[in-house]
Amino acid sequence: MKTIILNGNPVEAEENTTVLTCAQKAGVRIPTLCYHKMLSAYSGCRVCLVEVSHRESKAPPRLMPACSTIIDDNMVVDTESETVKKARVFIIELMLSRCPDSEVIRRMAEEYGVFSGENDDVVRDYLLNRAPRVKETNCVLCGLCVRVCAEITERHALSFETRGVQRVVTSPFRKVASKCIGCGSCAYVCPTKTITVEEAE
Amino acid sequence: MASQYRMNLMVCTGTGCVSNKSLNIIDALNREIEANGLAEEVQVIPTGCNGFCANGPIIVVHPEEIFYQLVSEEDIPLLVEEHLLKGRPVQKLMYTPPETKNPVPTMSEIGFFKKQMLIVLSNRGIIDPENIDEYIARGGYKGAAKALTEMTPEQIIEEIKASGLRGRGGAGFPTGKKWEFCRNAKGDEKYIICNCDEGDPGAFMDRSVMESDPHEVLEGMVIGARAIGAKHGFIYLRDEYPLALERVLKAIDQATEYGLLGEDILGTGFDFTISVNRGAGAFVCGEETSLIGSLEGMVPEPRTRPPYPAVSGYKGSPTNINNVETWGNVPHIIARGAKWFSGIGTETSKGTKVFSLVGKVNNTGLVEVPMGIKLREIIYDIGGGIPDNKKLKAVQTGGPSGGCIPASLLDIPVDYESLKEIGSIMGSGGMIVMDEETCMVEVARYFLSFTLGESCGKCSPCREGTYHMHTILENITKGKGREEDIELLEKMGTLIKQTALCGLGNTAPNPVLTTIKHFRDEYEAHIRDKKCPAKVCKALITYTISKEKCTGCTLCAKNCPSKVITGERKAVHVIDQSGCIKCGICKSVCRFDAVEVE
Ligand SMILES: Cc1cc2nc3c(=O)[nH]c(=O)nc-3n(C[C@H](O)[C@H](O)[C@H](O)COP(=O)(O)O)c2cc1C
Ligand code: FES
Repeated sequence: MKTIILNGNPVEAEENTTVLTCAQKAGVRIPTLCYHKMLSAYSGCRVCLVEVSHRESKAPPRLMPACSTIIDDNMVVDTESETVKKARVFIIELMLSRCPDSEVIRRMAEEYGVFSGENDDVVRDYLLNRAPRVKETNCVLCGLCVRVCAEITERHALSFETRGVQRVVTSPFRKVASKCIGCGSCAYVCPTKTITVEEAE
Repeated sequence: MASQYRMNLMVCTGTGCVSNKSLNIIDALNREIEANGLAEEVQVIPTGCNGFCANGPIIVVHPEEIFYQLVSEEDIPLLVEEHLLKGRPVQKLMYTPPETKNPVPTMSEIGFFKKQMLIVLSNRGIIDPENIDEYIARGGYKGAAKALTEMTPEQIIEEIKASGLRGRGGAGFPTGKKWEFCRNAKGDEKYIICNCDEGDPGAFMDRSVMESDPHEVLEGMVIGARAIGAKHGFIYLRDEYPLALERVLKAIDQATEYGLLGEDILGTGFDFTISVNRGAGAFVCGEETSLIGSLEGMVPEPRTRPPYPAVSGYKGSPTNINNVETWGNVPHIIARGAKWFSGIGTETSKGTKVFSLVGKVNNTGLVEVPMGIKLREIIYDIGGGIPDNKKLKAVQTGGPSGGCIPASLLDIPVDYESLKEIGSIMGSGGMIVMDEETCMVEVARYFLSFTLGESCGKCSPCREGTYHMHTILENITKGKGREEDIELLEKMGTLIKQTALCGLGNTAPNPVLTTIKHFRDEYEAHIRDKKCPAKVCKALITYTISKEKCTGCTLCAKNCPSKVITGERKAVHVIDQSGCIKCGICKSVCRFDAVEVE
C-alpha cells in the first residue's frame, strides 16, 4: 500500500495505482477526456492535470496527468490549486475553440466555470470569440477509438494520420478497413460522438 | 598521418566542402602529384569537417599547418607547383582578414581558430575518419582500454560524475548521475542510445562529429556500456545524414574487426555491440521517449515521464540515452582524468561546447569553445563580426526551444545557468546571429511555424496552442495585430509551457516569450504603428523611388518581376503600389540608392 496526501488529506491505495484512480476512490473529482479505465493511458488531452510534489524533494510542484501518474509514498497532490484550475480551464478553452458545439465539451466548460469566469481574460476571449477553427470537426483527437480498436477488439482498423493540427483519425488508405468488424466500439467510446456506425446494406 | 611523407595535405570532406566539390579537388591533387613525381613524398588525406565551412573547400598542409581556403580544382596545378615543388605557399589561397588585408598563412593564427578549444573535435581535419589506425595513433581507444582493464563500473561513473559533464543534447542533465540511475535500475537487459537525430534548424554539430570522428562516439559508448552494464547500444541517426551513416557503419565494422566491439572486448570478457537506426524524419524523434518508441517500431510520439528511460526505456528495459557530443567527451575524460576536464569552464558548466555558428556573421562554421566564454568573443573574435559593418541585434541559441539574446547581453558567459536566466537555453548548439535587418516578430513567427509543423499532435496544448500562437503572430506581421495580442501571447505561451506533454511543447513558446521580453518595442511598432522597424514584414512596408536620387536609368523597371515600375529614360520612375509584391529587387539593383523603404 502507498499513502499520498490528496488535497491535504492522507489517502491510501495499492501500489501502481494512478493518481486518478486514487482520487476517484476518495471521492475527489478530476475531469478526463482521453482516459478510459479499460484502455492504456494516453495522457494527451491534458484536462486531468494536477499538481504533484514530493515531501522529500525540494523541487517545486509540477503539473502531471492524473490518468497516468503512479502514486508513491510522500507524494503530495493538489487537484484544486490556482495553477491547476488555470491549466484545466485553458485546456477546456482550447477544446472549445476546436469544437464549439460539442455537448460534452460545453458541459465540461460549464462545470469548470469557463462561461462564468472573468470576461476580461484575453486568452478566453481569443479562444472563445475570435480564434479561427482548426478544422470543421468535433474530433478532439483523444485517441480512444484508436486504442479501443487496437487493445480490445485487436482489429487495428483505425489510426492517426499526419501530425500536429493536421492530424486526423482514419482507417488504412482512408477506406473501410478490411479488418473492421463493424462492432461499433469506436463510436461507443467517442466522447464527442464524432464517429457514427451505419448499417451495411 | 603516416610519417614517411614529407608533406600531408588534409582535404576537408565534410558535407559542406564535399558539396563545394572537395572530392574533385582530391582527384586533381592526386593527378598533379603523380604527374610531378611526388607520390612518394606527398600524401593527400580526406578528413572530416574542418569547421570553417563558410570558406570551404579547405586544405591544410602539414607539417607547417598552412591553411588554404575557397580552393577550386583550377587552383590545384598552381598549388602543387608553387607549394609542393618550390616550397612557396600560395598567398592568394590563404585567409585574408577583411581588416588587415594581410594573408594569414597558418591555421592557428586565424582568429576563427585562435579562441577555440578542441576536445570533442580534437581530431577534426587531422585524421581520416574512415581509418581506425589513425584514430588509434592519436590516442584513440586508450580511454576504453583504461575503463575496461583498470576501472570498475562504479569507478567509471564516479569519474564522469567528478568531471561535471552535463548532457549536450539540450537539457544539460548531469551525465554521471544519469548513468548511475540506469546502472542501479532493476532489469536484466540494459541498453544505451546515442541520440544523433539533430533536428534543430541550422544545427550540424552532431553530424560533423559523426563524419569527422565516428570512433570517438563509439569509444564513449563502449565506456558507457561498461559503466551501466549494457550489452547493446543503438545509434539513432537522422536519415538526412548519408555520409555520417556511411562512416559510422564503416567505423563499427573496423572496431569489431579490431576486437573493440563485439564479444570479449580487449580480452576482458565484456561483450557489447552497436547497431545504427535511421531516423524517422520528424523533429519530435529527437525527444527521448519518442526516439525509443521509434526504435521499437512505433510512431514517434512522446510519452509521460516518469517513468524515465533510465527505469523503463527500450522495450521496458532500463535505457540510458545521451547526445552525440556527450558521448564524444567521455573517452577524453577517462583518458585524461576528471580533474583535467573539470578545470575547464565555469562553476556549474564544465568542459567545452560545440556550436554551429550561422546567420549574419562573417565566419560561419562549427566552433568548439570552453564553457564560460562570452558571447561577444564567439561572435566577434571567432565569428569575425557582422558582415557589411551592420549592427548586431540578437543571438538565438537553442533553436526552436531557445530564445533570442539581445546585443546588450553579449557579455554574459556561455553556460547553462546564465543562458537560462535570461530566458534562453544552451540547447544542443545552434547559434544564429541576427543583424539590424532582422525583424524579431518575424523570427518568432518563423520558429513557431517550425514547431507548429513539427508538433506530433498528441497533446492538445502543443497541437492547438502552437496553432493559435502562430496565427496571432502571423496577424501581427500582416498589420492585423491588436492591442491585447502581446499579453495574449505571453499568457498563452506560459500556459502551453506548463501543460504540454513533452519538451517540444514545454519549450515551443520560448522564442516568442524572449522576443517579447527583449524586443517589446518591435511588437508594439507592428501592432500600434503598423510599422516593421527592420523593414522585413511585407505587409507593413512600401517601396518608393526618390525624386531627388532617381536618374531614370530604367534598371529597376527592367528588373521588376511584376512590371509595375514605369518612367521614361532619364526621367524619375514610379512604382505602382497596387501591383508591387515587395520583393526588393528594385532596391538591390539601383546604383543610385534611390529606392526607399518605409
Ligand atoms: C522536441 C525535442 C527534440 C529533441 N531533439 C534532440 C536531438 O535532436 N538530439 C539530442 O541529442 N537530443 C534531443 N532532445 C533531447 C533528448 O530528449 C534527450 O534529453 C537527450 O538526448 C539526452 O542526452 P544528453 O543528456 O546527453 O543531453 C530533444 C528533446 C525534445 C523535447
Ligand atoms: S485524461 Fe489524462 S490526459 Fe487526458
